[in-house]
Amino acid sequence: MRPARILLWAFGLLALLFLVAPVLAVLPLSFSAGAFLSYPLPGLSLRWYADFWTSNFWLPALWNSLRIGAGAALLAGTFGTLAAFGLWRARFPGRTLVLAVAMAPMVVPAIVVAVALLLAFGPLGLSNSFTGLVLAHATLGMPFVVVTVLAALEQFDPVQLRAAAACGASPVRAFRRVCLPQILPGVAAGALFAFATSLDEVTITLFLAGPAQRTLPRQMFSGLNDQLSLTIMAAAMVMVLLSVLLLLAVTLLRRRGNTSSR
Amino acid sequence: MMLRRGFCAALALGTVLLGGQAMAQGRDLTVVSWGGAYQDVQRDIFFRPFQQETNIRLLEETWDGGVGVLRAKVQSGANNWDVVQVESEELLLGCDEGLFERIDYSTIGGKDRFIPAAVNECGVGTILYSFVLAYDKDRLKEAPKGWADFFDTRKFPGKRALRRGPKTTLEIALLADGVKPGEVYKVLGTNAGVDRAFRKLDTLKADLVWWERGSQPAQLLASGEVAMTDAYNGRITAANQNDNRNFGITWTNNLFTLDSWVVMKDSPNRQKGLDFIRFATQPQRQAQLAQRIPYGPTAKGAADGIPPAVQANLPTTPENHEDALRIDDQFWLDNLDKLNQRFNNWVAK
Amino acid sequence: MRGRLAAAALVAPLLLFLLAVFVLPIGAFLLRAVGEPDVPPVLPRTLAALDGWDGQAAPGEAAFAALVEDLREARARDRAAGEGAVARAAARLNNDWPGFRSLLPMTARRVAAPFEGGAREKLLDLAEEWGTPAPWAAIRRAAGPVSDFQLLAVLDLKRDAAGSIGTAPPEQAIFRGILWRTLWIGVLATLICLAIGYPLAWLIATAPPRAVPWLLAGVLLPFWTSLIVRTAAWTVLLQREGVVNAALQALQLTTDPLPLLFNRGAVLLGMVHILLPFMVLPIYASLRALDWRLPRAALSLGASPWRTFWRISLPLSLPGVGAGSLLVFIQALGFYVTPALLGGANDQMIPYFVAFYATRTVNWGMAAALSLLLLAAVAVVVGVYARLVGFSRMRTA
Repeated sequence: MRPARILLWAFGLLALLFLVAPVLAVLPLSFSAGAFLSYPLPGLSLRWYADFWTSNFWLPALWNSLRIGAGAALLAGTFGTLAAFGLWRARFPGRTLVLAVAMAPMVVPAIVVAVALLLAFGPLGLSNSFTGLVLAHATLGMPFVVVTVLAALEQFDPVQLRAAAACGASPVRAFRRVCLPQILPGVAAGALFAFATSLDEVTITLFLAGPAQRTLPRQMFSGLNDQLSLTIMAAAMVMVLLSVLLLLAVTLLRRRGNTSSR
Repeated sequence: MMLRRGFCAALALGTVLLGGQAMAQGRDLTVVSWGGAYQDVQRDIFFRPFQQETNIRLLEETWDGGVGVLRAKVQSGANNWDVVQVESEELLLGCDEGLFERIDYSTIGGKDRFIPAAVNECGVGTILYSFVLAYDKDRLKEAPKGWADFFDTRKFPGKRALRRGPKTTLEIALLADGVKPGEVYKVLGTNAGVDRAFRKLDTLKADLVWWERGSQPAQLLASGEVAMTDAYNGRITAANQNDNRNFGITWTNNLFTLDSWVVMKDSPNRQKGLDFIRFATQPQRQAQLAQRIPYGPTAKGAADGIPPAVQANLPTTPENHEDALRIDDQFWLDNLDKLNQRFNNWVAK
Repeated sequence: MRGRLAAAALVAPLLLFLLAVFVLPIGAFLLRAVGEPDVPPVLPRTLAALDGWDGQAAPGEAAFAALVEDLREARARDRAAGEGAVARAAARLNNDWPGFRSLLPMTARRVAAPFEGGAREKLLDLAEEWGTPAPWAAIRRAAGPVSDFQLLAVLDLKRDAAGSIGTAPPEQAIFRGILWRTLWIGVLATLICLAIGYPLAWLIATAPPRAVPWLLAGVLLPFWTSLIVRTAAWTVLLQREGVVNAALQALQLTTDPLPLLFNRGAVLLGMVHILLPFMVLPIYASLRALDWRLPRAALSLGASPWRTFWRISLPLSLPGVGAGSLLVFIQALGFYVTPALLGGANDQMIPYFVAFYATRTVNWGMAAALSLLLLAAVAVVVGVYARLVGFSRMRTA
């Protein structure tokens, strides 16, 4: 190997270390028997996980996160898939504008959305409600679903739809029986993206959620603001495990998507 | 058609998933306090027993003060708090602006149950406490004698922490500048006096760290981040008791005040909130609280239940109260918003 | 034609949903930046009485009487309904004429009860400022229904009594500084991400196929890890009694723990850590799509490796660099949680002040004006990008 190449590897591995190490370095603290935030650990125990399990806050927060994430993914997945299919089928006037609106939640800073929704949802009784949070989080997930499903549709040959129509299938039936099965991995991946986006969201939740709707990230935020305890690290561990599961699921779906289109 | 049916099924599934709660209008009683060690004690002595005895579900929330937060809650139409522990000037301002429900004293046992200072048309006093000068005895060889020493970084090297906001900070600056407690608000009432306070703060600005949450001062001292800080007296004693710290308190010219329970305007849980306030102001419960974290009780008869050893740590004890400055609610009622803005701009620079 | 209609019908649910839950709420919120909703409902009679006022000296008894009547009524409404209207009007007027924040509520409280004598006499007795034209002029300037007051304020500008635009007094002029700070932190974060991200993407794109999944996993795992978890990790690492300080002391590199948290460095560290994958993935995508025969041909024709990179590989990967920089910079501008947890008072960016005005001072107008400023910055960046690169070439990983 040339020296330049060795240098590149060294630099690249250092960069990866910077990306991965911080989280990996603090997670073992959650197994500490003591209460301090540094190594060496005075001993191993599950006391912080027990605290996570028994406290009034953490487990309900996890449950809230999962429910809101599922609702948001469902909404975003349904609307996003329909829209992507429409965008892919035909070029109609205003298509670019629709795309721009669909992508906008990715660019507008969360804090602007948060304050705007606080003011809009308050009079409607949607703030401090699960419904309000699901609606808000679904908005954030839409662009991911649209992008992912559009990418999946690029692999799909539209001739198949015409063939189905020639065999007498209605357009809806053709979509459900011919198209949907082939792009399903893309749809599922998009929905998972939307779920992950919701799971990660703090700012909007901070403004819209009442104490009964607190999510796991929101609970971690107040914990970091108030008293730094190792229970937060236990919660972080739970969130990392969730992230790994999601990443694995999306990777598997990608593989399936690729093989099925081949 | 199939598509629409599928879509409807998805929506229906969504509704099921969200459960009935999303649709339910009522929400659980939400009590808001100041977090950290103090709220931990409140949880043990007020919140949990209240839930067990009344079967009313109670949710907790933590805040760090500011009448603007309460205004935003009420005026955004999205208020989700019911009972809040507020500081004295927040009580007056909020009451004046109609942010709180009037207290019906007949439902909580009558005004005579309380010391006179605790009775307000919008709120019921819950604790008497002081802002004190706190330091770590293990790190400072010599005890600081007062706020002048707080500003003396040559004699006592190290950073300082103060509560972010003009209230207490400006008073401390003037006290450190040699103003007598009795004169503080007379001086602060003039523009020259406010300038004088900010000039004094300028001398310390480079060494200042701001805290917002009541749990922070003890943490800042414990980690050695700062050499001295102002702090709620109870949190310092609690850190000594619970975490084996060796913190010292300088009571000279401590800033004395009280907090109150209020019920937020148009709270759907108004009656439950009053039930909670009645529960949390029982003399024996207040006495229990004082033994865990030394704040003075507001219910008559509660002080009798507090052992002498604990009394020494209370801000109401005569020797601690002697040269204290009572925070002037009326002054802050008239000036808080103005000085808040000046203070925030001063900090942001 | 029917196909088009069907397509439009398929798009409609998403469009209507986003209109209802995204476009309209944000639009309504941003409109508040030019609204004047606070003063007119509180002081209707006063504004009417000031209609023909010349602005030279304090107005006549009629305006004083109108003010007293307005304040009495508004205060009674506030106390009954919790509207806080007087406080909000005071906050709005205070932005124009400092001192109003206390003057108006104080006056309202003191005139609530009936009093003997004229209104003018009573008000002058309460505060001599009422005898000067300045507060009255400020009231008149807030008559609405729309104004550019807040838009000017977030640029540190304000109108004087004659209506011409000048700079705001120094103790109010904080927003330009905050804007530059926001942009500067965004630029720094983007540059650092680029400096680390490009070589890393290059390495992944040129590594042996066996190693690629592992290298990619190293980027994707943090990418999928929650922002709050990563911010929490940095808080724990950088604490005064945290992992890094403990390690430094154990290695005897320092004797006293270093103050690593609550400063600009910590904010940048956290932001770069969170944003780096957004830089690496697009660059990697464009490098992978690159036709490697081109640089190889250049090399075989005798160009130096450096020249080959500079003239061929780098230009061909520019779309990835552009997309990555755009993603990183735009997101950096909107960061709220990370600076709030890792930064000090001087490291907060525009989003923090949007939240501050919205939740701590009930000044929706200023929150909206600052949001508009933030969105304008984002729009400029996106516009420049669209002009230079175009979105058709943008690849998201």
